[in-house]
Amino acid sequence: MSVLEIKNLHVNVETDQGTREILRGVDLVINEGEIHAVMGPNGSGKSTLAYTIAGHPKYHVVQGEILLDGENVLAMSVDARARAGLFLAMQYPVEIPGVTITNFLRTAKTAIDGEAPAIRGWVKDVRESMSALKMDSAFAERNVNEGFSGGEKKRNEILQLELLKPKFAVLDETDSGLDVDALKIVSEGVNRAKANTGLGILLITHYTRILRYITPDFVHVFVAGRIAEQGGPELADRLEDEGYDRYLEPAAK
Amino acid sequence: MPTAEQHGFRPHTDGPIVPVQTRSERFRSVNVDDFAQVTGREHEWKLSPVATFADLTGGELDGSRLEIETSDAAGVEVSWIGRGDARIGRAGIPEERAAANAWSSFDEALLIAVSGEDEKVVAVTRSGLGATPRAAHTIIEAAPNSRGLVVLRGIGDARLSENVEIIVGEGALLTVVALQEWNDDAVHLASHFARLDRDAFLKHIVVSLGGKVVRVNPSTHLAEQGSDIEALGLYFADAGQHLEQQVFVHHDAPHTRSRVTYKGALQGQGARTVWIGDVLIGNAAVGTDSYEQNRNLVLTDGTRADSVPNLEIETGDIAGAGHASATGRFDDEQLFYLMARGIREDEARRLVVRGFLLEIVQKIGSPDLEERLTAAIEAELLGS
Repeated sequence: MSVLEIKNLHVNVETDQGTREILRGVDLVINEGEIHAVMGPNGSGKSTLAYTIAGHPKYHVVQGEILLDGENVLAMSVDARARAGLFLAMQYPVEIPGVTITNFLRTAKTAIDGEAPAIRGWVKDVRESMSALKMDSAFAERNVNEGFSGGEKKRNEILQLELLKPKFAVLDETDSGLDVDALKIVSEGVNRAKANTGLGILLITHYTRILRYITPDFVHVFVAGRIAEQGGPELADRLEDEGYDRYLEPAAK
Repeated sequence: MPTAEQHGFRPHTDGPIVPVQTRSERFRSVNVDDFAQVTGREHEWKLSPVATFADLTGGELDGSRLEIETSDAAGVEVSWIGRGDARIGRAGIPEERAAANAWSSFDEALLIAVSGEDEKVVAVTRSGLGATPRAAHTIIEAAPNSRGLVVLRGIGDARLSENVEIIVGEGALLTVVALQEWNDDAVHLASHFARLDRDAFLKHIVVSLGGKVVRVNPSTHLAEQGSDIEALGLYFADAGQHLEQQVFVHHDAPHTRSRVTYKGALQGQGARTVWIGDVLIGNAAVGTDSYEQNRNLVLTDGTRADSVPNLEIETGDIAGAGHASATGRFDDEQLFYLMARGIREDEARRLVVRGFLLEIVQKIGSPDLEERLTAAIEAELLGS
């Protein structure tokens, strides 16, 4: 059984105003097959956690550890982390000039598996996943994220999640900017991926809306770079009613 | 049809419209003394490092035969012809001093004559040109209704100014690939002049990878009804390299068609590319269909890509005319995205550049050459 452990994680980011401490001691354990929702107000450090796990060079870990099945993730390059089984569905996926979705998916799958996928089965898998995500087959020949709408970009992230089959996926505000139809399609994709591979999920969101379609096992409330409270799905319901004010007030005093 | 928005590219803005001298009114001569010495302020030289090749524009050139190596192909005759041959000057004559200097200096012209309706491929390689400033003249002549693919390749050292005339007979289908794989110090200035007869089709491809300064300027005269040019270009500029192409298409007869597509990648400090695309649609050219585009992919800081499309239209009765120019960059966020999917850094760069340039490579129509160019592009990527 796989486990992703985050221990006492402190992360700084360099800004024009100097060094800022964003994460101030985060502890989190995610087991295979579990869904953890991380919720919190803007600026609480949710996305920093996501990018730090993936290894974005902008974020500097000053203390703490991230372990995947006991292996030191922080010592791995970005691509090595992905090959080890980590996946980040990005909030703002970038456009890649000159690279078609087909070419990109095959290259990524080959990199992660260490060998090229068998052509027939792969083509069928891609087609079925695209169809389930209501993506037109013409997408396959478009360049990655080029001219995609916000909803199309998010579907493309979930397409990769389904095809690359990671052990753990971090979904960084995958729900933001989606209308209800797209939200359902994307949520179904996440649930399908979990049913198929039993992966662990760290679902980062500002809103409770997506939790109607993806049921978390645990909810963590993130405030000012740490976990302020945690509980079961009922905590999400309470946040829906009360918002984050309860957590912010003490900080304002 | 690719759009300006593709490739995540920033479209160019037209900016203030500066009337250019009508292209057809430019001065032309085969005699070097009819041109003033090049200063670098002339419009056709202002984006070029003229000081690096003053010997080619202003000095004496060795006009003796070049060393060539030719692959055998049935239906292709390669020979040397004298300056007095009637074919010389049929496709076009120089508009600037380096070309006129070469024209005034060559002893004999290399003739590559293509005949016969079967598809055939011939490669002519120039090598070992050395450090002496040299002049060359080449004529590629495709007989009426003939088909063929001619590769004109340069390797090794060179300081060369040359003219290449391409005469495409009625109904002929000709592909010409000008392939610059010179050594790092080489300087190569070339003017290509193509004249297309009725219903002739020319695919003209400029591939510039090696050389310190490489400037290949293809002009195409769509002289007769129904003639059709597909002008393609692919260039990859490394640190300190200047790769330039000034493309001119003259629509001069009814129902002529042109498609100009040049794509370039830039990598390393001082990598510099220039693309100027002039299209002139003359008053005889009713029903013209024309589109030109240039795209540049910037891989690192410290590079500069100039991209200047110009369109002049002298008749109101055309089927279509358009242009596009855009320069985009492959940046750290794109690299992060690809690496976050398990792809190694070198492979990520290769993926992007190959995808970008492959559109041109795939249109060459010779599997051997396509494969070799793909490998050459990958070698360029590794060379940084």
